[in-house]
Amino acid sequence: MNRNVQLLWNGLIPENPIFRLALSMCPAVAVTTSVQNGLMLGLAVVFVQVFSSCTVAIFKSFIHPRIRIPAYVIVIALWVTVIDMILPVISPEVYKQVELFVKLIVVFAIIISRLELFASKEPLIPSFFDGLGMGIGFLFGLCLIGAIREFFGTGQLFGFDILGFNPLLIMVLPAGGFFVIGFIMAIFNWIEYKLTGKIPTSGGAH
Amino acid sequence: MKEYKLSHLAIITVMSCVFLSVMALGVADAGTGSGSFKKDNEIVISFGMPVDEAWAKNAANFMVSEKTDPDIQLPVDSVTLDAKRISALIRFREPLNLSSEYEVTAKDVTFEGKVMGNVVFMVKKSQGQILFTIFLGAMLINNFVFTKYLGLCIFFGVSQKKETSIGMGITFTIVMVLSAIMCWALLTFVLQPLHLGFLKIIVFIGTVAIFVQAVDTILRKVNPYLFKKLGVFLVLIVTNCIILAVPLINADSGNGPMESLILGLGAGLGFALALFLMACVREKLELCKVPAVFRGLPIAFVVAGLFALSFLGFSGLSIF
Repeated sequence: MNRNVQLLWNGLIPENPIFRLALSMCPAVAVTTSVQNGLMLGLAVVFVQVFSSCTVAIFKSFIHPRIRIPAYVIVIALWVTVIDMILPVISPEVYKQVELFVKLIVVFAIIISRLELFASKEPLIPSFFDGLGMGIGFLFGLCLIGAIREFFGTGQLFGFDILGFNPLLIMVLPAGGFFVIGFIMAIFNWIEYKLTGKIPTSGGAH
Repeated sequence: MKEYKLSHLAIITVMSCVFLSVMALGVADAGTGSGSFKKDNEIVISFGMPVDEAWAKNAANFMVSEKTDPDIQLPVDSVTLDAKRISALIRFREPLNLSSEYEVTAKDVTFEGKVMGNVVFMVKKSQGQILFTIFLGAMLINNFVFTKYLGLCIFFGVSQKKETSIGMGITFTIVMVLSAIMCWALLTFVLQPLHLGFLKIIVFIGTVAIFVQAVDTILRKVNPYLFKKLGVFLVLIVTNCIILAVPLINADSGNGPMESLILGLGAGLGFALALFLMACVREKLELCKVPAVFRGLPIAFVVAGLFALSFLGFSGLSIF
């Protein structure tokens, strides 16, 4: 049980998919103009990650190693098709804004890399917690960026007006997303530098 | 076949682009009407003979509607004739949607007091203009990297050196164009007749993966030199969001074969442009004193943000 908690924590901060592993950056910039969008896509990623991790963990003995990558892609595409049908029922307005990226979860590097690195070697239970941890880490990243951009860009949070004016309009423009991620990554690096005394080499960028 | 170099491939790509755009202009249908858009709220129609000025000045004589919903009449602001009284400029209060087709009906055209009956004009952008707009939109105005944030993983991964960025850009453009047209064919001839539209995600990603694998295998046998140069990028392309996004956008907006192809071409060239620009800056960044915590990816993101800001300048660009 202890190891499962460890796996959950691992995905949230030490190996956060967005800020530490630098995987699947596209949605992190694209849909995070508000917290709601980030939350929606984050939930979709959690769903796809958990279910495809479990599927691969169960069926790994049937998947021939040489065709494993196409097999993983098909598994992911299956679960993405499922969530793509569920989300519009839950919230049609928000879904409209993140529609393209929900479909693009198929090519998110984070999911296939967890299948390859973890779920294809470990049994069902740890795979489930690893998938959940990574998914929640991704959700956390999206919500953090979304909150910063929405607050500074429009003075709102979750659609509620807080400041009443737009402090920094650039934050909701395309450029703002890049700046926010760059600075959050630098802050993560700085925290790690203060804690361990050495600067980590930043992620693989794949 | 040692003479094969990247520059040769670049020339071939550019030539094929020119060829395709010439083809695209050739497809432009000549049959539809003698009207054209001037500004986004002006239509010019030509009667082919001089008409009475008093008749033409009356805006109520012109009925304009979109072809898709003929019941909704658009309010005409004013009509002006040119000096020869042959063509008329119809001005509207609200801007028109330039990508759709309009029907202009001139009621009881009057020529020196004689009523000649109604004349209907079809006003539409020519196919070539539409395609060029799509191309420009995908490449600059809505650049897939800087304003739609697609393909960032590859964008940050491969943009460290100019040479690799050029190789990646060319390979990507070729694969993009071919897979866009293949996905269009699959959607139109297989998925839609069988009512399997909901399977398009699975089918598209499978198509792209199989296609890339096939190119990889063929290139390895046919041209080992080129394979050595481009083989690494081929594998990476499958994980690029743009390669899946373009067929999905094509499917959602119901694009035809030429439109799909041009969107793929624009997306590919736009990605290549972004990659090359970024590589130029990052080569220079290597020599700079960047704060330690910003080294590597964080500073690359800030640079990309600056590029995105400058690409905002393209947002008002329109040629037709």
